[in-house]
Amino acid sequence: MDVKIKIDNLRVYFEKNEILKGIKINIAKNMITGFMGPAGSGKSTLISIINRMIDFEDNVKIEGRVLIDDINILDKEINPVSLRRRIGTVFAVPIPLQRSIFENIAYGPRLKGINDKIELFKIVSDSLKKAFLWDEVKDRLDMSATKLSGGQQQRLCLARTLVLKPEIILLDEPCSGLDPISTAKIEEALSELKKEYTIVLVSNNTKQIARISDYSAFFYLGELIEYGTTEKVFTNPSQKKTEDYISGKFG
Amino acid sequence: MRINPKKVNKFIQIMLNVQAFFTVGILIVIVALILVKGIGNINLEFLFSFPEDMGRHGGIYPTIIGTIMLVILSILFATPLGVGTAIFLTEYTKETILTKIIRFGVESLAGIPSILYGLFGFIFFVIKLKMGWSILSGVLTIAIMILPTIIRTSEEAIKAVPKNFRIVSYSLGATKWETVIKVVLPSATPGILTGIMLSVGRAVGETAAVIFTMGSSLRLPTSIMDSGRTMAVHFYILAREGISMEKAYATALVLVLSILLINIVAYYTMNKVVSRFS
Repeated sequence: MDVKIKIDNLRVYFEKNEILKGIKINIAKNMITGFMGPAGSGKSTLISIINRMIDFEDNVKIEGRVLIDDINILDKEINPVSLRRRIGTVFAVPIPLQRSIFENIAYGPRLKGINDKIELFKIVSDSLKKAFLWDEVKDRLDMSATKLSGGQQQRLCLARTLVLKPEIILLDEPCSGLDPISTAKIEEALSELKKEYTIVLVSNNTKQIARISDYSAFFYLGELIEYGTTEKVFTNPSQKKTEDYISGKFG
Repeated sequence: MRINPKKVNKFIQIMLNVQAFFTVGILIVIVALILVKGIGNINLEFLFSFPEDMGRHGGIYPTIIGTIMLVILSILFATPLGVGTAIFLTEYTKETILTKIIRFGVESLAGIPSILYGLFGFIFFVIKLKMGWSILSGVLTIAIMILPTIIRTSEEAIKAVPKNFRIVSYSLGATKWETVIKVVLPSATPGILTGIMLSVGRAVGETAAVIFTMGSSLRLPTSIMDSGRTMAVHFYILAREGISMEKAYATALVLVLSILLINIVAYYTMNKVVSRFS
C-alpha cells in the first residue's frame, strides 16, 4: 500500500495518564481509513496529534514520530499553521462561524490571501458541489450559516475543509449528531472524495466504518488492537476483543 | 403552621414589581425634575453661544465642545489599550501569578475614587510632564480612569466567545492573531461596545478628575493643549458657586439628553453589528 501517514511508536501522556500506548500504524494514501473503538480508546487524541490541534492542550507529553510523506510533523521545525492548511479537519459537532454560508467557506482561502471575487466564487462553489451541498444552498449563499440544518452545517464544514485542497481529511465522528439521510449524504461525499484525498474517519458507528472505509483500525484503551483491510477486520478478526466490539458485545 | 406557597408566590411577585417600579420611578423623577427646571432655558442660542458673566448669561457652546473632545479622545485612547490588554489576558497568556496580579490591579483601579485619579493626573501630567491644565491632561487622566471598565467588560466578552470558533479557525490554518481579529473580536464586539458605553457615561459625567487636570476655562478650546470646561464641570460650578440655577439645570438637561442620545445610537449600531454576524 502507498503510505501517506506513518505513525511510529507514538506515546501520549496527559498529566500522568498514558492516553496512547505506543501506536504503530501506516495510513494509506487515497483511501478511507476508519478508526473505531469505545470512548477513551484514544482515537480522537490520535487525530489531534496528526493536525497538531493538541498544541492547544496543556500538560501533554508526546513521544514517537508521526511522518507525513516521510517528514516528522512533531518536529520543532514544523510550523503547525501551515501544516493545518494541508490537513483538513471536520469535528463531531458542526461549528459554522458567525457569518454567511459563502464567507464560511471563503474564510480559509481569504487567510491565504485569495480575495478576488470571481476566483473565490469559483472555489467556493466547487467545494460546495464536492460536499454535495451546492444544490441546497446555491440560491442563498448570503444567508447566515447558523440557519442551516445540522446535516447541512456538517456538509458546510466539509466544504470549508475541501476548499483549502488539503492532502488529508480527518473526520472526528462527523455523523454522530446526524440523521440517517444526512449521514448517507456525507458518506456519499466521502466515497467520492477519497479519489483525491487521504481520509481518516473516526466513528463510533461500526456499521459506517464497514460501509465506507477501505482499512479499519480498532483501538482500545490507548492501544491499537487490530488493523487491516476492512473486509478482513470485519469478517475474520484476529483478536477476540475486535470481534466482541464489532458484534456489539461491548462498546 | 405552613405558609401557603401560593400566597408567598403572590407576595414575592408584588414585592419584585414594587422594587422594579421604585428603581424606574427614581430615574423618572430625576429626569423629570431636570426636564421641568431646565427645558425653559434651552434653545439653539443656549447651545451655540458663548457664556457671559461666568455663565450667568449666554450659552454653553465651549463646554459642549470641551465635553466632546474629552470624551472622544479619552475613548480613542483607552479603547485600544483596554481591548489589547483584554486580548493579552484572555488569548495570549495562561493563568499564571502574573495574570492574577494584573487582574487584581485592574480591579483595584476600578475601585479608586475619581478624585484620586484627578490628583494623580494633576501631579503627574499637569505638573511633572508640564502639560498644564489642558485637554490632553484631562484625556490621559480619564483614559486611565475608564481603562479598568473597558478591560473587564472586554475580557468578559472575549471569554464568552465559544472555544469551538477558535478551534475551527485554527484548523483552517489561521494564526492566533488572525483568529483573534477575524473570529474572536467580531463575536465579542457587542460586549466590548457595552463597556465603551459605560465608559462614555463615566467620562461625560466626571467632574472631580476633570477639574484637577483639564481645568475649568470657559474659553473655546482650539487645541488639546488648551484648558477647557466640560458640561458636568460647568453644571457643578454654576450650582456650587450659586451663579445661576436656571443655567445649571439647562446644562444638566443637555447632559442627560446627550447621554440618552449616545445610548440610543450605540444600542442601534450594536444591533446592526450583531445582526451582521449572526
